[in-house]
Amino acid sequence: MPKMVVEARIVRNTEIGVNVKELVLYAPEIAVQAVPGQFLHVRVADSYYPLLRRPLSISGADHITGTVSTIYRVVGQGTACLAALTSKDSVDCMGPLGNGFVIHGQRPLLVGGGMGLAPLLFLAGALCPRPIEILMGGRTKEEMFWADMFHNKCDAIHITTDDGTLGSCGVTLDLLPDVLKSGAFDVIYTCGPRIMMKGVAKAAKTYNIPCQVSLEEYMACGIGGCLSCTCAGKDGLRKKVCTDGPVFWAQEVIS
Amino acid sequence: MSVGDSDMLGVTIAGIKMKTPVMTASGTFGFGLEYKDFVNLNKIGAVVVKGTTLLPRSGNQGRRIAETPAGMLNSIGLENPGVDEFLSEILPRLKEYDVPVIVNISGNTVEEYGELAARLNVADVAGVELNISCPNVKEGGIAFGTNCDSASAVVKQVKSNTDLPVIVKLSPNVTDIVAMAQSVEDAGADAISLINTLLGMSIDIHKWRPVLGNVVGGLSGPAVKPIAVRMVWQVARAVKVPVIGMGGIVTAVDAIEFMLAGASAVAVGTANFINPCAAQSVADGMKDYIKQRGLSHVSELVGKVNL
Repeated sequence: MPKMVVEARIVRNTEIGVNVKELVLYAPEIAVQAVPGQFLHVRVADSYYPLLRRPLSISGADHITGTVSTIYRVVGQGTACLAALTSKDSVDCMGPLGNGFVIHGQRPLLVGGGMGLAPLLFLAGALCPRPIEILMGGRTKEEMFWADMFHNKCDAIHITTDDGTLGSCGVTLDLLPDVLKSGAFDVIYTCGPRIMMKGVAKAAKTYNIPCQVSLEEYMACGIGGCLSCTCAGKDGLRKKVCTDGPVFWAQEVIS
Repeated sequence: MSVGDSDMLGVTIAGIKMKTPVMTASGTFGFGLEYKDFVNLNKIGAVVVKGTTLLPRSGNQGRRIAETPAGMLNSIGLENPGVDEFLSEILPRLKEYDVPVIVNISGNTVEEYGELAARLNVADVAGVELNISCPNVKEGGIAFGTNCDSASAVVKQVKSNTDLPVIVKLSPNVTDIVAMAQSVEDAGADAISLINTLLGMSIDIHKWRPVLGNVVGGLSGPAVKPIAVRMVWQVARAVKVPVIGMGGIVTAVDAIEFMLAGASAVAVGTANFINPCAAQSVADGMKDYIKQRGLSHVSELVGKVNL
């Protein structure tokens, strides 16, 4: 089915955490196609500044209601424009773009940090009824509203916070060895800060567990035309994060 | 003369017959195929493909784009698979569409430009566009694009190596755009396209570092349009060959401005990133304008600005 540009009506755009919002769009043509790991490319304002679209990971899709969701942090002018929109508005939305996670194995471990948890939320739903464990990290307890969102989808939730206000004090990579030792995982999916994903990929290699990573890069077109978002592949060839990814097997893109 | 709707927009530029005067600017439309899910490639005036070099290039390291007010900076660095892969893998797929394919080429030396032109001298290529003005790589032709003698040498070499129409894309990063245009015309250019991106820079005030990995990059988008229109106007008055105008075209209004300034055709660039159908939308809007003004053909706009 072709990818498309649609005028998507905003169903809701609500705050779910400090400076974090969930945007639900009515876009049945996209919802019916979307798979975990793919992204939307959204025109946040009908203006020349911000000029470019914003790539937003899909955090959920429901083809019965025809809705597709994304969770974003308000960090700059683009996301501020997006945050100001209400259910009276529509947005110009391209999608679903990119390649999603490959459903693999029977005992998945999800490892996410910050907004990297958004695509993993969609993935967790798709992996059910497999027994899913997730290791998630954030700076403080206030950022860990994610735990409630994953509660019904996961058998075990391991939490780290930088300041120790919830779960273990530290970052996900500190707790990862313990989690890996305690489980018999046969696949790892990770999304979050690059340094975290690099560490997860390294641990996965050590334990000989296949690992998929979801990369994020600044991009303009989102469809492979501009080459803004390419990254170095291990085979010596450049990979387009927008169309070859954003999800890759770790060994394709991480040393 | 009365012409049908379908004939209102048809133009021939340097012998390249196009259904509309709206092309896609090199570097903003990939090799065209990336856009096929979103736009009917058969309805575009011409596809000008990604800058192609003799050997594959992996481009620049680090962050490659930065958004700026009404524009963007890029420092892609001419990433491309090289001319051989273009000819063997990409061109055969592009020729399935009924659209002229113009190949933008970039070389490190005069001889490389000549070699590229010779290799591309094949039936399925409609023309070559010489990128003598890429600001993002040291070897991106900028030395050729800012010096009249070097630019002439490149054009002469290419002209002697190909039967194809040769379009020369000029850099705005020069003191005298008219002198550059005249020198490439004298050297045999069949058409001139302008403008390439303007050299720019953006700094992250939190990190005190340049935003782009390459430090500087090329500015494009609506922000550059007045400069581009001015340069097209200056050049179109000074040369006899057709001028292809580009720089910040998003809507038909923008394109018409370029035509009035003297462009015989236009190219849509950065707008392709925002709206994959931009080139088609611009052409549709131009047709509406022509009808509304009681004109019969888009060529009636060319250079008609009243001074």
